[in-house]
Amino acid sequence: MNSRKRRDLGTAAMMLLPSLAILSAFVLYPLGRAVWMGQQRCNAVTKVCRSSGWGQYLDVLQSSQFQNALVVTVKFVLLTVPVGLFLGVVLAVLADKAIRGIGFFRTVFTSTIATSVAVASLMWLFLLQPSIGVLTNVPFLVKLFPVIKNPGLLQDSGTALSAAAASSVWANLGFTFVLVTAGLQSIPRDLYESAFVDGAGGFRRFTNVTLPLLSPVLLFSSVVLTSRAFQAYGEFDLLTGGGPKPQFSTTTVTYLAYGTGTSIGGDDGLKSTIAILLFVILLILSAAQFRGFGKRVEYGN
Amino acid sequence: MASVTLASITKKFGDTIAVDNVSIDVADGEFMVLLGPSGCGKSTLLRMIAGLEDPTSGDVLIGTHRVNDLLPKERDVAMVFQSYALYPHKTVQANIEFPLKVRGVSVADRAKQAKDAAELLELTDYLKRKPGQLSGGQRQRVALARAIVRQPAVFCMDEPLSNLDAKLRGETRAELVALHQRLKTTFVYVTHDQVEAMTMGSRIAVMSKGVLQQIGTPQEVYAKPATTFVATFLGTPPMNIFPAGSLEPGAMLVGVRPEHLTIAADGGVEATVVLVEQLGHEIHVVCALSNGTKVIVRRPADDDNLPQDGDVVHLQAWAHRRHHFDPDTGMRVDTE
Repeated sequence: MNSRKRRDLGTAAMMLLPSLAILSAFVLYPLGRAVWMGQQRCNAVTKVCRSSGWGQYLDVLQSSQFQNALVVTVKFVLLTVPVGLFLGVVLAVLADKAIRGIGFFRTVFTSTIATSVAVASLMWLFLLQPSIGVLTNVPFLVKLFPVIKNPGLLQDSGTALSAAAASSVWANLGFTFVLVTAGLQSIPRDLYESAFVDGAGGFRRFTNVTLPLLSPVLLFSSVVLTSRAFQAYGEFDLLTGGGPKPQFSTTTVTYLAYGTGTSIGGDDGLKSTIAILLFVILLILSAAQFRGFGKRVEYGN
Repeated sequence: MASVTLASITKKFGDTIAVDNVSIDVADGEFMVLLGPSGCGKSTLLRMIAGLEDPTSGDVLIGTHRVNDLLPKERDVAMVFQSYALYPHKTVQANIEFPLKVRGVSVADRAKQAKDAAELLELTDYLKRKPGQLSGGQRQRVALARAIVRQPAVFCMDEPLSNLDAKLRGETRAELVALHQRLKTTFVYVTHDQVEAMTMGSRIAVMSKGVLQQIGTPQEVYAKPATTFVATFLGTPPMNIFPAGSLEPGAMLVGVRPEHLTIAADGGVEATVVLVEQLGHEIHVVCALSNGTKVIVRRPADDDNLPQDGDVVHLQAWAHRRHHFDPDTGMRVDTE
């Protein structure tokens, strides 16, 4: 290594130092600590922890509580991601027209981005509340679905997860809408016009131009939405509290790790174990999504 | 095969008049070039033929049919875009086959016709590739293949060569002319490049600010420009326009091409040499008249009697190579 290279290396190290410091303090250290905590058991009251061995990861993975939570989480993902993606694409395609007043609708569709999970969940709580909520005051709906009034969509173990999913889909719609709208606007108009001159109708233009050229955006959105759904917490904390019990029908992995009134109580060691397991599952899933769909995604020229 | 008739076409975008009462007859099998600077309305005119824009008033006829109310697919036209508009996710073959697929042609017929078109444009080796793996020239040929595979009555081309580098553009120009002679179909070709217009067109329609300035063969348009705009748009360097009364007495503007000016010891118009440009194959002597008007004189490359910057020279124009224009309207006035 000559002197100039060494000098460059010194400069580079100096430039990298701030981000390395931030990364270490806020990502690497907490992650390492969580991994370490994950093999400990802690007293909920005294907060005294002691090692229980690395086998704890396997024990938790095999426990029925974790597996039930994982099933609930996967159901939640399957309920929210496809519907959210579909609705986002539909709204974005509808709003991607140069007509008067479309800006108003774009703003409305985007607005959920600026709505926090807490606000969104409270809104849905008022909407779904079984005695004074909005839905319960629509007689024909109640006649069709008595569960709305008794015990309530969020209070019935069969519908609670779907109701929470609806709130989550709504809250994430703005995000998908903005991404897909940006994706649509990056598709060259020439492609549509060329297909139009060649005789392709609206549906064919959608399947032959829009969808393939949106595929990178769709892949990205689906990865982000999936990981968001896996980490969803606020909805369950505010809407269902992990219940209804005793089925724990909305206790997801995240809720199991962080929520109150779960079977693991206040054991910080077990909570860390679950958090790390979730991290690994998400890592594998995202990699699989990129590998599986990546080949079929068209990134253009 | 069909003629294209544009009858009193006007197109407005809001208050902007993009095309102002333009009438053009394109004969069956003709190579018509729409020429003009950007924003002159030539592309809008082409898009109205293809059915991508509706005229505000006037009629578009293909053959004898009025097609104003027909969708593009019912007009039997194909269009080649400046960007080529290839589908990036489809192979070359699928791109070429797309118009046939839309029309419900069977898989076997599709493959055969695509193969024929690919052969004609020397794309056979690239059928399995995607557009991203092709060079600019190859992509351009794929766009052409996709247009010809349908055997349309009219080809609309919107600056198809302007994304190619200079050398390739020259070669492709010749290939397009050969393709036209082979297909014997009507071509309507939009360009801002006068060399393309001069070398390719059976006729040229020159447009400026939405108005048709002149229509004629390349020779006619070059030799007898109808307006000062046409005179100064065609030719490199462009025709010099002398202010009324400077080159000869009278109230007319006088246009003289640079090759028809001579530098003399006396007589003619007095001018100051501003710049001598050595281009290799020829020399341009840029002069300024007393009122500031720039005039360019073309000299052969081996001229060893060149003036220097700052010299005062006398310019004389060939007597029979003068063009007269009305100073108010810019229209050509033929005196004889």
